[in-house]
Amino acid sequence: MDLVQIARSNLEGFRYAGTEVALCVLIVALLLSGVILPFRKNRRLFLIISMLGLALAMTASLKQPGAGKGVRYFADLFLWDSFSVFFKLFFVAAAAFTILMAQMNREVEDYEFNECCLLVVSVTLGMVLLASSVDLLMIYLAFETMSLLSYLLVGIRFREARGGEAALKYVLYGAFTSGVMLFGFSLVYGLAGTTDIMEIGRILNSAHMAGQNRALFVLMVLFFLAGLLFKTASFPFHIWCPDVYEGAPTPVTAFLSVGPKAAGFAVFIRLFYTLFAREVGDQGFAAIEQVDWPAIVAVISAITMSLGNLSAIHQDNVKRLLAYSSIAHAGYLLMGIACLDKLGLEAVAFYLVVYLFMNLGAFAVVTAVNNGEGGEDIRFYRGLSARAPMACVAMAVFLFSLIGIPPFAGFVGKVFLFSAVILKKYYWLAIVAAINTVISLYYYVRLIKAMFIDQAEVSFEPRVSGVSYAVIGALALPTLVLGVYWQPLAAFIESIF
Amino acid sequence: MQSHILSWIIFFPLIGAAIICFLPKRLESWMKPIALASTVPQLYWAYKLYVNFERANPSFQFVEHTSWILRFNIDYYLGVDGVSMPMVLLTALLSFICILASWNIDKYIRGYFSLFLLLDTAMMGVFCALDFFLFYIFWELMLLPMYFLIGVWGGPKKEYAAIKFFLFTLVGSVFMLIAMLAFYFGSVEPATGLHSFDFTILANQAAHIGILKDPVVRWGCYLLLLIGFAIKIPLVPFHTWLPDAHVEAPTAISVILAGVLLKMGTYGLIRISYPVLPDMARAFAPVVAAFGLVSIIYGAFCAMAQKDLKKLIAYSSISHMGFVVLGMSVFSNTIGINGAILQMFNHGIITAMLFLLVGVIYDRAHTRDIDGFGGLAHNMPVFAGYTGLAFMAGLGLPGLSSFISEALCLIGAFQTYKVMTVLATTSIIITAGYFLWTMQRIFLGPMNERWEDLPEISLREAACLTPLAIIVVVLGFYPMPILDMIGATLRNTVHLVVAMR
Repeated sequence: MDLVQIARSNLEGFRYAGTEVALCVLIVALLLSGVILPFRKNRRLFLIISMLGLALAMTASLKQPGAGKGVRYFADLFLWDSFSVFFKLFFVAAAAFTILMAQMNREVEDYEFNECCLLVVSVTLGMVLLASSVDLLMIYLAFETMSLLSYLLVGIRFREARGGEAALKYVLYGAFTSGVMLFGFSLVYGLAGTTDIMEIGRILNSAHMAGQNRALFVLMVLFFLAGLLFKTASFPFHIWCPDVYEGAPTPVTAFLSVGPKAAGFAVFIRLFYTLFAREVGDQGFAAIEQVDWPAIVAVISAITMSLGNLSAIHQDNVKRLLAYSSIAHAGYLLMGIACLDKLGLEAVAFYLVVYLFMNLGAFAVVTAVNNGEGGEDIRFYRGLSARAPMACVAMAVFLFSLIGIPPFAGFVGKVFLFSAVILKKYYWLAIVAAINTVISLYYYVRLIKAMFIDQAEVSFEPRVSGVSYAVIGALALPTLVLGVYWQPLAAFIESIF
Repeated sequence: MQSHILSWIIFFPLIGAAIICFLPKRLESWMKPIALASTVPQLYWAYKLYVNFERANPSFQFVEHTSWILRFNIDYYLGVDGVSMPMVLLTALLSFICILASWNIDKYIRGYFSLFLLLDTAMMGVFCALDFFLFYIFWELMLLPMYFLIGVWGGPKKEYAAIKFFLFTLVGSVFMLIAMLAFYFGSVEPATGLHSFDFTILANQAAHIGILKDPVVRWGCYLLLLIGFAIKIPLVPFHTWLPDAHVEAPTAISVILAGVLLKMGTYGLIRISYPVLPDMARAFAPVVAAFGLVSIIYGAFCAMAQKDLKKLIAYSSISHMGFVVLGMSVFSNTIGINGAILQMFNHGIITAMLFLLVGVIYDRAHTRDIDGFGGLAHNMPVFAGYTGLAFMAGLGLPGLSSFISEALCLIGAFQTYKVMTVLATTSIIITAGYFLWTMQRIFLGPMNERWEDLPEISLREAACLTPLAIIVVVLGFYPMPILDMIGATLRNTVHLVVAMR
């Protein structure tokens, strides 16, 4: 291929990289406007810039590829398919809500707001790249872009001891697990001789691999899992999660609990369903013979959800409580991945969308409560419904949805996951998840009880601004609507797998 | 043409709830009348249903059927048959009466009445839904308002009672969810080849495929559903939430809880478990009957030991629901199951009366300690009269409604479970014992001076009780209005269970 052809094919690639380009432009715009001194503390300006940029990125990702396998671009490193488009939309939406929450948040000082927006957008860029890359090296690069910048984001309040501690913990765990994952990548490369994951998948699943290298395959799967389970905050790499969530500013916590977690699931699906499984028929996949990784994932899923839910019971700090709840939800999501069929993947995608709304919503209310003289402790929530009824009703909606009670969206997500599990005849997993749902009820309702039934302990005026209400409302509406009528979203998600 | 009467009867209270939610604070005094007004049309529609219901037709009537979620082939499918009709009537009547009985609520009026109307919608929905998914949504939708109604407006230990109720019921619900999804994947709609949540398709054994042909899965599903429903009924040993919830709940909520919610357990068995898994229904019947028997006797003895009047009635509910379970575990004749449905209706009416009466006295004396009263018949003769009637109905006095239904349950059961029926019959004596003894301790004997100036029952309270009292007496002499309605459907159900090989 001569140079002109390479240049032309790369230029061609920009047709599919609209989201990435829009995000890069936004990053530059934020960087440049941030250095102009008079603007330094102007939250509204940065908010407007970010929203415009993200809206641009959103529109750029709206274009849907038709049927077929999608288009490779940028030297075949990336794939433009409906799977990546779905996750691009998801990440941009998560970033938009996060910046809106950060704008109304007082934990982030005025002079830090620009950095905060910048970092959130950059992490989003990493996640967007991750969702579309189909090359091991590119995947690792995007993975690290996302990780490194999210360490910075956690440590944005580095002057506070809690912030620094959280960032350090996050870095140490993250560096270790992604190193292990990289080792796994090198093993795969050694075995297949290429970094293109589609190609590797064909080689690993081919007949002449069968029966050999069992130990090597087990190692590979375990090493891959280390990095992915860390990002999704699943057992046994979940320990960082409560400390980091507690130490980071609330909007950042919200972002971490949705964005990088979903990115972890996206790359989990991409890697495991291409490398270690092949499509069989039009509904299912078959795992490689050497290692029964779906069973491993199923067991990890059961442990993760039980651990998350049981640890959450005694938490008095609402952010820690939500951190453990997010561990539990990672466990629920892993059920879908263990199923090895289209319905399981649809369930994961559907649950992620629902989770985006309900979890960000819960954190939005926590942010609003933090803004007054309130705090993160549950005692600030006692009797709050008398002073901020709308926020409390919204919080109840989010929490009931997190439990999975109809008519809220979380219930539909659970139905998706449970049906995938039952279709696969993992009855024991269904029972474990069912019991976990009941356990989770206890601690979520504890918070609801504090808001609606208990008497106020600390009397403070929660200052919930108009913007906060708008954000909370924008998150509560889909949580309600998707619980009652979810055909359009279900049909859209059915079309991406 | 489709009639939309069932949609109206389900969702009309929701309109009232929405209005109450958004009513400005200064119009607070309108909230109670609006709530009452939103239940009146329900009564009218219930009456229309009662008049237009074809008695001889065993299948579903007033059907509404539209597709809802295509991805999972979920339909918005409503209809009533002989089993659901009495429950719809009961729900409509009790909802209206309970709003009237809640007139003295003065804390967070907006929240109370909007939640109550939401609960009303959910209850009606459960009894009208013919799609399992829709049924499940309504079933769960009851939990939220119920939690808050007990937790916010309840007695001193309300938090404990509310969360206990919530946890117990959710265990049942999630088990039901698993069974529901197994049904879905184990069935196929003949016309389209899709899986289905439709009760009429699920009941067709020819539509079962794959996992639902596996006896172990069928057994497991039946067990999961049974646990779910047993918690709701409640059968001993799943009953412990009930006394707590009843004692702490405000009067009207106790009425709804005992009058309507408990019936959903037995209703679910007849609507779902029996038609879909008839072979398992037969296999489990002796076990279920035994649990029913234990509930009858255990509930009666516990009731006798209670000092708290409300707790006594809660335990008597457990005992009386045991008769329903015993009666409906018989498939060799249709007498038992007829008696069971009649008993569901009768118990709904009688227990509503009992809880309303407890509410009346608690509002005045602020205690429910049975031994603390005495001689109340002197200054509250009308109240004593109503209570006497309700107690007599509770103990199954011939000439009052529950005599007929309990007798039918026992007659039906005797053919299959001779020893159990004999044992169950002994509980009638215990029941008579605790009701009469309570009557004596509260109303007879020397007057306790503390209660000398308790005012007589008010007009509003009497208005709540009188319609119920009339029904108790009328059905005691002439139960045919209900029996006519349920007969054809139940013959069908029993036939279905017996026919399946």
